Amino acid sequence: MRAPTARAVRRPRGPLPANVQKRARSRLFPQQARIGRTRRARGVLIRIDSVTKRYPDGTVAVDRLSLEIPDRSITVLVGPSGCGKTTTLRMINRMVEPTEGSILLDGRDIRQQPVNTLRRSMGYVIQNAGLFQHRTILDNIATVPRLLGWTKQKARARAAELMERVGLDSALAKRYPYQLSGGQQQRVGVARALAADPPVLLMDEPFSAVDPVVRKGLQDELLRIQDELGKTIVFVTHDIDEAIKLGTKVAVLRTGGRLAQFAPPAELLSAPADLFVEDFLGADRGIRRLSFFPAAGLELETAPVVPIDADAGEIASRAAAPYLLVTDPDGRPLGWSEPDKLTAGAVDREQLLDHGRPFVPATDSLRTALDGAVLSPTGWAVAVDGEGRTVGVISQQVIGEAIRDAHSRVAERADAKAGR
Amino acid sequence: MSGFFDLPSDLQHSYLGLVGLHLREALLPVLAGLIVSLPVAQLCVRFRWIYPPVLGVTTVLYAIPSLAFFVVLIDYFGQSETTVMVPLALYSLVVLVPAIVDGVRSVPPETLAAAQAMGFGPVRRYLQVQLPIAVPAIIAGLRVATVSSISLVSVGMLIGNQGALGNMLYDAQTYERSALAVNSVLTIGVLGVLADGVLVLVRLLLTPWMPRKGAGR
Ligand SMILES: Nc1ncnc2c1ncn2[C@@H]1O[C@H](COP(=O)(O)OP(=O)(O)OP(=O)(O)O)[C@@H](O)[C@H]1O
Ligand SMILES: [Mg+2]
Repeated sequence: MRAPTARAVRRPRGPLPANVQKRARSRLFPQQARIGRTRRARGVLIRIDSVTKRYPDGTVAVDRLSLEIPDRSITVLVGPSGCGKTTTLRMINRMVEPTEGSILLDGRDIRQQPVNTLRRSMGYVIQNAGLFQHRTILDNIATVPRLLGWTKQKARARAAELMERVGLDSALAKRYPYQLSGGQQQRVGVARALAADPPVLLMDEPFSAVDPVVRKGLQDELLRIQDELGKTIVFVTHDIDEAIKLGTKVAVLRTGGRLAQFAPPAELLSAPADLFVEDFLGADRGIRRLSFFPAAGLELETAPVVPIDADAGEIASRAAAPYLLVTDPDGRPLGWSEPDKLTAGAVDREQLLDHGRPFVPATDSLRTALDGAVLSPTGWAVAVDGEGRTVGVISQQVIGEAIRDAHSRVAERADAKAGR
Repeated sequence: MSGFFDLPSDLQHSYLGLVGLHLREALLPVLAGLIVSLPVAQLCVRFRWIYPPVLGVTTVLYAIPSLAFFVVLIDYFGQSETTVMVPLALYSLVVLVPAIVDGVRSVPPETLAAAQAMGFGPVRRYLQVQLPIAVPAIIAGLRVATVSSISLVSVGMLIGNQGALGNMLYDAQTYERSALAVNSVLTIGVLGVLADGVLVLVRLLLTPWMPRKGAGR
């Protein structure tokens, strides 16, 4: 790599073998590790090699950018407006031709095949979907298969299948784009991009024009689809939260089209390369980083938990704790109470303090656990199993210790990796 | 006294014959204008700089009185329908070229980007994306061009009986039969309204994808 990338800066002894990186990733992102296992489509590695784009008016949109985009993963390009994200994305399918440098797809220069063949092998999704307003939803989705010469019947059958995959009701098939909501149109955009089963998916701020709730739904859906299909996705956004949620790796670009850092999200949050990246990540990156640590290892306490039908002796035996969590006979949390305010056999549910939102240790992160503790009036978070039955409680202090432990483990690991 | 629809023999046509002739003389030029406008407009879209001069030329053509065209064209085509239709076709350009250019330009940039990204070549993109989306604008232009052409055909009477229904105006003077003039004007008006209605219907059929007033979102 000729350009000084963030990776080269932080790992002075040279890049790690890919398999080590992959293992580190699967520990941090159980979800994405799963993608690696269910590989189905042939993945494609995209290599952007020292690419510069200078527009005719002299604007340098991208400046000697080098990126190795791993296959079967989501690589997010993020950065402030005008930093060259769209330009970079469009150079991959040759809607924009680089001024200098080259782009390789599986080791082959993208200029070696006819431009429209290249484009039909890459799905493309944009903001506002860019649907063909004069075609029905089904025909919109069937576009690329039709271009590839499939029969109308086969293309439409495939389109119907994709509608289901992206969560669109088949009743929408015969509608026109104006009859759909923004979120539905965006789903059609994704389905259309997937129609010919291209190994590569290019997405340019696909979800930025919909409201936050719909956006979250679309993001979850994308992760699910990616889990099933294992495409090589390049995803452009200016929303760092979206980048962190979706990205296997995130490339932060700065104005002028220069790479500031290229790293997995957890690493971005724990070790921003410089002030620019740190600023861009925002003020609460410490909190957000906690979403990458599982809550599974937390040491829960069961002593301060009493069922509502407990007798006086049982209550007395637990009176050492400042608060007791009262549960129903099945173990579902009801609320907190100070021990001396509890009378056996006559617990007034109305008098209990709210227990806040419980977390599920098996699937939630330290962030959720801490959130539960912070929101709880007692400063203790409630842990439940998948069925909502209490498995224990934990105080802010103990969560805090767990956070410090997790951080130091990551630091040790990073040192070990760097061979220090 | 002859009936309202009985025409003097020098018109050489029955009433319905004149209506047919009138429609032919009015619509063929619009069709020709459309056929010329489509590529011209596409050139204007592709090479922005030629649009202003093209607009200038069509406007100047529109400003030339038909009589002036007739003087020149009679040398080539004689006192024929062609002599009447050529200026009409040229006049239609002043409406059709900008209508098509606006229509094609009204295609949202993200739609074009999507088409390009999916691997549409320029020809396919024009035929399958830009043109269909431009249909409402094109038909709006056609409506104006058609109605004005239907009324303009009448001037053909100036070169001897080539004005179809317009010739009745001349006879109305010659034979002092004002009913002929009334008939001519009414018929031309009705034809205009009908042609317009047909075009509206065509648009409705071609664009089921347009949001309908009072329905949909
Ligand atoms: N066709 C063009 N001609 C000249 N300059 C251009 C052109 N397209 C983009 N630029 C410039 O190149 C730079 C990068 O543009 P680009 O669209 O890649 O940014 P972006 O990161 O996608 O921004 P945004 O988040 O606003 O979409 C900008 O300064 C822009 O003004
Ligand atoms: Mg952009």
